[in-house]
Amino acid sequence: MNHWLIPADALVGLAGSICGAVLPTRFRLTAAALITSVAAGIGLLASVLVLSGAEAVSFHSSQVIPLTGVSFSIDRLGALFTATIAVVSLCSSVYAIGYGGPGLSSRRSASVLPLFVTSMLLVPAAASMTTFLFVWEAMALGSLVLVLADHAKRPEVASAGQWYGVLTQVGAAAILLALLLLSTRTGNLSFTAIRLHAHAIPMSVRSAAFVLAAIGFGSKAGAVPLHVWLPRAHPEAPGPISALMSAGMVNLGIYGLVRVGIWMLPGGPSWWWIALITIGAASALFGVLHSSTETDLKRLLAYSTTDNLGLVLLGVGASGLFAATGHRTLSAVALLASLLHVVFHAGFKGVLFLAAGSMQKATGTKDLDRLGGLLSTMPVTGLFFLIGGMTISALPPFSGFVSEWLLLQAFLHGSTSHNTYLTVAMPLAVAVFALTGGLTMVTFTKAIGIALLGRPRSEEAGTAVEVPASMWIPTGLLASSSLVFGIAPFLLVPSVLGAVRVATGSTVHSPLQGGWQVGLSGVHGGILPLAFAVLLVVAIVAVAGGRKVSQRGPVRHAEPWGCGREIQTARMQYTATSFAEPLVRVFDDVLRPDHDLDVSHSAESRFYIEAIAFHTEREDAFERHAYRPAGRLVAAWGDIARRVPNGNIHRYLAFGMAALIVVLILFA
Amino acid sequence: MSSEGAVSVIQVVGLFVAGPLLVGWMRKVRCLMEGRVGPPVHQVLRDTVKQIRKERTRPEQASWVFAAAPVVLIASTAAVAWLIPLVSTRTSWGASADLFAVVYLMLVGSVAMALGALDSGTAFGGMGASRAVMIGALAEPALLVAILALAIPVHSSNLPVVISGGISHPLWLASPQRILAFGAFLIVVLAETGRLPVDNPTTHLELTMIHEAMVLEYAGGDIALVTVGEAARLALLLGLMANLFLPWGIATHLSMGSIAVGLAVLIVKVAGFGTLVAAGEVFIAKVRLFRVPELMAGAFVLSVLAVVAAVVGA
Repeated sequence: MNHWLIPADALVGLAGSICGAVLPTRFRLTAAALITSVAAGIGLLASVLVLSGAEAVSFHSSQVIPLTGVSFSIDRLGALFTATIAVVSLCSSVYAIGYGGPGLSSRRSASVLPLFVTSMLLVPAAASMTTFLFVWEAMALGSLVLVLADHAKRPEVASAGQWYGVLTQVGAAAILLALLLLSTRTGNLSFTAIRLHAHAIPMSVRSAAFVLAAIGFGSKAGAVPLHVWLPRAHPEAPGPISALMSAGMVNLGIYGLVRVGIWMLPGGPSWWWIALITIGAASALFGVLHSSTETDLKRLLAYSTTDNLGLVLLGVGASGLFAATGHRTLSAVALLASLLHVVFHAGFKGVLFLAAGSMQKATGTKDLDRLGGLLSTMPVTGLFFLIGGMTISALPPFSGFVSEWLLLQAFLHGSTSHNTYLTVAMPLAVAVFALTGGLTMVTFTKAIGIALLGRPRSEEAGTAVEVPASMWIPTGLLASSSLVFGIAPFLLVPSVLGAVRVATGSTVHSPLQGGWQVGLSGVHGGILPLAFAVLLVVAIVAVAGGRKVSQRGPVRHAEPWGCGREIQTARMQYTATSFAEPLVRVFDDVLRPDHDLDVSHSAESRFYIEAIAFHTEREDAFERHAYRPAGRLVAAWGDIARRVPNGNIHRYLAFGMAALIVVLILFA
Repeated sequence: MSSEGAVSVIQVVGLFVAGPLLVGWMRKVRCLMEGRVGPPVHQVLRDTVKQIRKERTRPEQASWVFAAAPVVLIASTAAVAWLIPLVSTRTSWGASADLFAVVYLMLVGSVAMALGALDSGTAFGGMGASRAVMIGALAEPALLVAILALAIPVHSSNLPVVISGGISHPLWLASPQRILAFGAFLIVVLAETGRLPVDNPTTHLELTMIHEAMVLEYAGGDIALVTVGEAARLALLLGLMANLFLPWGIATHLSMGSIAVGLAVLIVKVAGFGTLVAAGEVFIAKVRLFRVPELMAGAFVLSVLAVVAAVVGA
């Protein structure tokens, strides 16, 4: 039993925060980021100890916070998330040193970064309601401060911060209510105690708590309709912070949902999970549609987070539905696939956001229509972005393929069941999954093709220089994880299986075949990712070699075909906007773009055109049809309410008198 | 080398020879039906040999992705041909010949070609890539749901299992789910290989092209790789479809005789499918680009009905 790792982690985080606050500007960020990476290292050590079964890690004290005390205990479910977040944090905080910039090096950001990362690492370790809410809020507020790092430079940042602040507090309030409902019914703050007495809680209360938890944790995971903060806040944060949020923090939404919905309240009815499947499917489709038509590189990545976490929610919902209909093995497979996808997503989304941050740092823009040709100017960062893009598109032999294939297998075997819910839901899940996968491929073909390939579309893109090694090494570490786990998933499967066993409280045998082969046990066939890698590499080497041998003379650099025009410019290339135009047209009803075409005529004759300006904008449908009306309603209500307190002391006394009378009537 | 390995080698080598011949055969059928003589069947192979001897060119500012794309296209096709049952149900690593995995392995080649097109830095490359990936994305739901319909009766998406299931239950092949899934598959295969009514493989007008626009900048050995790769892909998909829906004749043992029979039957089946596709192309025209989504939606409806039939029939 280990009692010192958790307080050590918290103390290191505090020390980092103090360093960030007191050191001079020159060393501030470096010191804070290095200490943050130490904190992440301690978190990784603690979770690896738990995952390998070597030692239990916990910390209980009644002295730290009065009345309730603190209570931490890492089980295998929590350890999986802590480990994932620790790796992302380690890479991102080292990356932050090279990224720098006035926003991130400010006293405020440098002192909050260690606190944010430490609280994120501790969320999965929290073992009581009060401790959980404390670290959860610390994480939410910390990330809010970091999102606002660049607020002085760009006005969009402030607006993003407002959206994030409001939605994260709505989410936290929902989580607080959910946990309060459960803990008052069981009279205990400890998670384990609530779980033990969960069967005594009436079903209606459990359902209310589940719905509230789904709202709270779903908003953190970027599920529709509470996703609107995500594509605003994640892109506006500095590069490493975007990675920490999109590859790290969002996972905790899934963690909370699994912890409350599956672990704490076992045996939930089918309708919980059908609702979750619906939300997941809607998030996946909505997220991928927006990311496939987005032209801002980091917004594109943020929407694709909504999409990937939507797929995970779909998997978690399927797992719950399998359990509710008595398919225990399938339930384990679906949860295993979902948690694997969480881990893999953290890896490849971390790569993509860190590489996007490097591109933004090198070119000063994240607008895809101003990038291009970066694979030549930034070969290393470009290669890692390429790997990240292939992984997220689920192309073998990278990791994204393995988790998505397993999820498909769970859906396939669910379809063969004789339960009506499953036979309807599973084929639809496959269809949603397929469309999401196809559009993800479009999204990342666009992101890679427009940002990295072709000719530079602006001067900044043409003169970009590769970022220093302190930035590309952490990116590369995450990128290599995509390849390693893609070829050898068995390195990770036992840890994830441990988490699944804890979550479902069962001792199911491994539902997977062992070794290099990935497949369901008891079913003939599977996939051997190593074989795919070997076949592809051998064929590539053979064909490229053959082409080299048969080739006569060197490759000639030629002017590309331009329909007979002599000069070709970079402006003639397709842009991200034009690349996505066919999709925007096909999904016109969902995306509802606003086009604006301004033609200004020459002063001499209106038959000559002087300039044409084309402007297109897509607003999030939820934002337009739900949030804006709601905001107007609140503002109108505020206007009315403001008329009541007019500064007249007599009126206030009258209010007090009236309130007293009401209280006396009600309670006397 | 094991006998399974030998089967895989036969499949890979045979595919890259048979692919160009199939394309030549389909052109010949079309010409004959239109009252023309047409080039000989092996013309595509002759062109390929000629192209290999020509100079390779590369647009200025293109990166290594441009040169790598045709190689990756061939590699992804070869990897699939190694795994899946074409001549025999017993191939090397046949336990990994999963239908979903085959789809994603083929996507590696499609993505590589789209990236190569974007790397050429021209309007045509981008236009072709944009259209090709859009059609690919919209075809995906129909494809995966059709696969689901085939996998449900045998409780596995493993190709040898699906095909052996078809051999041992001949009545399945006439069942509604197979027929509906066949319709969905056919539309998707036509779209993925750039045939009519989605794309015109013989067009010479840049603005109407999808696939040809993507490969405009390739020359010499590169265009040879692209041509052979695309032709092999067509043969592979037709062969896979033939085995899924008419599995008879495929070798289930590893004797020389059964493999020879399997090879001969496969050639007949693929040539037959090719003839039907080419004959169909004489009578239809290319649909407008923005009508293609409707076609894909139609394929999706067919595949959903196939799943419904499979679930009800199970």
